Amino acid sequence: MWKRPEDKPQSGSPSTQPGTSAAPSNSGAAPRENRAPDAPKPEAFRHDVAAHIGKSVLVKGELSGSEDLYFDGEVEGSIDMRDHSLVIGPNGKIRANISAREITVHGRVEGNVSASERAELKKSCVLIGDVSTQRIVIEDGAFFKGSVDLKKEGKPEPRSKTSPTVSSQPSVSVSGTANSGANSGANSGAQSSLLEHK
Amino acid sequence: MSHAEPLLMRWFRGSGAPRSATAEAGAAGRQARRSTGLTEFTRVLASKEGAAVLDLGPTSPANISFLTGFGGKVCNEDVVHASREPRYFTPREDGTAAIDPEKFFAGNLNHPEHTFDAVLCWDVADFLTEPLVKPLFARLQFMMKPKGILLAFFHTKEAAPHATHSRYNIVSGESLEFERRDDLRLQRIFNNRHMENLFQGFSSLKFFLARDNVRELLAVR
Repeated sequence: MWKRPEDKPQSGSPSTQPGTSAAPSNSGAAPRENRAPDAPKPEAFRHDVAAHIGKSVLVKGELSGSEDLYFDGEVEGSIDMRDHSLVIGPNGKIRANISAREITVHGRVEGNVSASERAELKKSCVLIGDVSTQRIVIEDGAFFKGSVDLKKEGKPEPRSKTSPTVSSQPSVSVSGTANSGANSGANSGAQSSLLEHK
Repeated sequence: MSHAEPLLMRWFRGSGAPRSATAEAGAAGRQARRSTGLTEFTRVLASKEGAAVLDLGPTSPANISFLTGFGGKVCNEDVVHASREPRYFTPREDGTAAIDPEKFFAGNLNHPEHTFDAVLCWDVADFLTEPLVKPLFARLQFMMKPKGILLAFFHTKEAAPHATHSRYNIVSGESLEFERRDDLRLQRIFNNRHMENLFQGFSSLKFFLARDNVRELLAVR
């Protein structure tokens, strides 16, 4: 009479398939997989085509690339994905400055984050560092220590135009040392926002 | 029904207070109320272009969204949370551990002089451990620009029994909601003289008493 029966919960790990809601909610809210209708993305991160680096990989040095990347390992150094998207998975532990077009953080980052278009801090995220971006999305429950500097939107550069040093083939390169193990086989999850600020 | 209706409505609304003052704001455990201090704070902030704001409360998406709307920079440091981190404690001879303010301020609030135009201090002073309180306000004064503003809340004796460590979320320029965070107990109750001592170096202080017996203080550096 008072309450409609709840929908059946979707299957999937909460840590890798984050929840969505139209407004900030309690951090303990049950995750749901439906995509927020008012959060369209120009080019959504595609887990099926993005490069995956698993949780057992440790990189000491510079990590750079010219394709979208899902990273669930550890980095000490720097990450530069130029005009591509980067997702730091829930097991990700980053001690590096990060630069990319879109950055989504589920894990832990100690360093400055520079996203030319959009930064998204998921509820499991711990970010200690400064964020510089055009748009930021912070889920309730995210821990953030640092400053947010919202840059004014300029003319969007076409995604196909990459810097001259980048080869035409998509690649992720590591300079320094990398200890790799098995790829964790990270799940693809709906990426959507709780709160988007322009 | 006519007899039961007021009772039923009161049950849903809490006390007999107006709904706007204590209305539950969506999620359980969140309460909203108007804040005269915040209204003043917002008014001053709106007049400063590209203002840098420091928020000392727990991370709040609502606050970051609201404050970045002014076009400036927002810095967030949850000092109460940080003050409980074991790495800032040093062991004493009697086996207990005490917080070391020097260590704490080396890792927190480490910003250059005259960085911030505005500081949201919330009720941090009521919950912060004693050795950090005075150095905190000295540090804030150092980091604030001249004519910068600071908003702080202090629980009165009447509010103390119900005081809980909360996260304050800005709902609009004149109202906020607070949400219980943990079972941290009130460390002390400040009277007016204590507050004046705390803000000695500031040029002016303005007090507002809220309905829930929380004193709101707007200080100008």
